Amino acid sequence: MDHFPLNWGRPRNDAIDSYATFPIQQRPTHVPKDVFAAGIQHTQQPIVTGTSVLAIKFKDGVMMAADNLASYGSLARFRDIQRLVPVGEHTVLGAGGDMSDFQYIQGILDDLMIDEFAAGDGNTLGPAEVHNYLSELMYARRSKMNPLWNSLLVGGFKDGKRFLAYVDLLGTTYSASTLATGYGAHIAQPLLRSAVEGKEDTLTEDEARKIIEQSMTVLFYRDARSLDKYQIATVTAKGVHISDSRKLETSWSFAEGIRGYGAQTQ
Amino acid sequence: MASVFSPPGFDFSNTLRNNFFAEKGVPLPKATSTGTTIVGCLFADGIVLGADTRATEGPIVADKNCEKIHYITDNIRCCGAGTAADTEFTTALISSNMELHSLSTGRKPRVVTAMTMLKQMLFRYQGHIGAALVLGGVDATGPHLFTIHPHGSTDKLPYVTMGSGSLAAMAVFESSWKPNMSREDALELVKTAIKAGIFNDLGSGSNVDACVITASHTEMLRNIEMPNERVQKERQYGFRRGTTAWKSEEIRSLVVSEEVTMLGAGDEMDTT
Repeated sequence: MDHFPLNWGRPRNDAIDSYATFPIQQRPTHVPKDVFAAGIQHTQQPIVTGTSVLAIKFKDGVMMAADNLASYGSLARFRDIQRLVPVGEHTVLGAGGDMSDFQYIQGILDDLMIDEFAAGDGNTLGPAEVHNYLSELMYARRSKMNPLWNSLLVGGFKDGKRFLAYVDLLGTTYSASTLATGYGAHIAQPLLRSAVEGKEDTLTEDEARKIIEQSMTVLFYRDARSLDKYQIATVTAKGVHISDSRKLETSWSFAEGIRGYGAQTQ
Repeated sequence: MASVFSPPGFDFSNTLRNNFFAEKGVPLPKATSTGTTIVGCLFADGIVLGADTRATEGPIVADKNCEKIHYITDNIRCCGAGTAADTEFTTALISSNMELHSLSTGRKPRVVTAMTMLKQMLFRYQGHIGAALVLGGVDATGPHLFTIHPHGSTDKLPYVTMGSGSLAAMAVFESSWKPNMSREDALELVKTAIKAGIFNDLGSGSNVDACVITASHTEMLRNIEMPNERVQKERQYGFRRGTTAWKSEEIRSLVVSEEVTMLGAGDEMDTT
């Protein structure tokens, strides 16, 4: 006999649990499953990935940088990917992590901007709205145990105000005057913080570009999944401008006189 | 019955039990490069070593001002990251052996000797001694700077960083190191690198220690910079009159009238 009233009338399987001895949470439920349930997959790991994205606030707006590499594990597979995309006229989105999930996010944002335009009420979605939308999207996916495996930086300039925030695959959001994802958080953040913190309102665009270039150089030296080809996006009152791909200047001759790794002298 | 005699080296009698646990889903806790930023850098006249001064026990700061630049010989010093006991005992042992070796050979000790002793010992223990070291010194053959990893591998480089704050410190080095710097520039660079580790890594903190080693002498700069000084305790938390505004004031004397009646007059104590 089934002792639990909550089970009466529900699908049951006497072969497995004839006397409802399992607690309700652990009871084997036999809700008729979708025929294709075996094919449903939840993201377990990112496959084609982008590495760090950096961003800083400066006097006239926000500057963001990311390299042009999408790695396939340890293979440098796609060397001309654009990881910085404009969203409307006020925002730029930079993504690290899984590139297929990033392409999906771009599609969703395109639909969002089209809907907003079609509403025709004179409002446009600014960086704060885009960031809020993305944070809710990412957290909802994480709560379904099927995350969009990205770390995103949202930067923009609207109505005279600069905006810069971070959202990642867990739905964590964070805002500061310097941000970096991936390895950039460990390697570039110390450099960005010491150069920018306190000086956000006096930093010129050229100074900001120098800081970004220096950080990208250090990242290329020390991140094994990076590339020396990158782009810089600048968002000011004039709108979003994403530069062409530029190459980093690197110097590898710092240890030419050294032989071996220890006692060797020849 | 447990034996009184304990043989030298590590006791591996728990490995069977640990393997069993690992299979059941309870793996061994990972020993990581524990909270530290240590750096070494080559300049025109020799080597500058730097270290922070925080010793951690998990998430707790065990020692706010420990010394991580260990003495090997007069002209050789070693910074240690990783398990504190391992770094201290390893460097003390090698320092002692270097002294004996120097007396035996009759020559001034060399950095490659210390490096070889350290790497051979760490390799023998297969990484179980969690000591990640930055060894630097100036000897008869010139200045040398090495890193030694817990498993025994070494690297010979003009600038090195180790510990959990190594990425922050290496970012500073990669952006600002140049060959043949002056002493002031090198010291400033090392201080900036250690401060990057102190402020951006939770495992590092407190003060900056440095050590400048040249062919002529070694200068130990303990607590050369203290960017985290505690403010002086006030010990007195009174508020000045008027801190809280008041709307009205009423003063009433609780003594309405006072009459003094002398009792037993005449037999007061003679105090002349």
